[in-house]
Amino acid sequence: MVPNKSQLTLRFKIDEKDFLIAGESASKTKKALQQLGLKQEIVKNIAIIVYEAAMNIVIHATHGEMKIIIVPDQIIVLSEDVGEGIPDIELAMKEGYSTAPHEVREMGFGAGMGLANIKQCSDALEIKSTVGSGTTLKATICLNPIDKKQVETGAMYL
Amino acid sequence: MTLSEIKNILDAEVLCGEHLLGRKVKTAFACDLISEMLALANSNTLIITSLVNPHVIHTAEIMDAVGVIFVGGKKLTEDTIKKLDHGNIPVLSTPFVMFNACGMLFSNGIMGCMRGKRFE
Repeated sequence: MVPNKSQLTLRFKIDEKDFLIAGESASKTKKALQQLGLKQEIVKNIAIIVYEAAMNIVIHATHGEMKIIIVPDQIIVLSEDVGEGIPDIELAMKEGYSTAPHEVREMGFGAGMGLANIKQCSDALEIKSTVGSGTTLKATICLNPIDKKQVETGAMYL
Repeated sequence: MTLSEIKNILDAEVLCGEHLLGRKVKTAFACDLISEMLALANSNTLIITSLVNPHVIHTAEIMDAVGVIFVGGKKLTEDTIKKLDHGNIPVLSTPFVMFNACGMLFSNGIMGCMRGKRFE
């Protein structure tokens, strides 16, 4: 049976240094969204957002939670963490800028493209962060092409 | 070209997904950074990498890659791979290093790819 789209929320608890959980969260999200019959490209974009956002928690925060909220015309990826926060969000968004430690880079992560990737895969992105406290990231993906245009032109507030 | 033909060209060992070697491959993407794979590679692309860890398999699954080739004879155990992706991603290992493996595939007609663009 296909779950009711308006009621579905996926949740994942993410802990510091638990690198495998980030990939698992993205894989589980992908499988759940495929079951809803969403387009391959949309499913892939959401899986990438979940992977990158979860990896940011694993690398930079103490712990956090990911929620994937599915409402009729949108999917919202909400990532909330407790951690060091981001001092300069604009700088963190720049491709190639990274504060990830060496051992993380050795695993192939921390290339400084995570937030830029999330932005590329989203129709709208909000990041709020308090240094020493934590970060909240909200990425919205519209399922309806008309809504996408409204988001791009700023005619729709999410 | 099929993965099976690529296996022969690169003298590769199949670590997982022998039954998926009939998959067609048109494009490939070579890199050792997870975010770069996610950001730049198209779906249905072959990933060529010297980065050997479980995260590569997760990444390949998330980005709908057609398969993964480890270069320089590097390997993950079949158990590790199956545990991660339930055997849906064919994974091969070639003794050739990155430059040579890419060159051999390119000269056999495999093109590079980028998300939204294709270089031919």
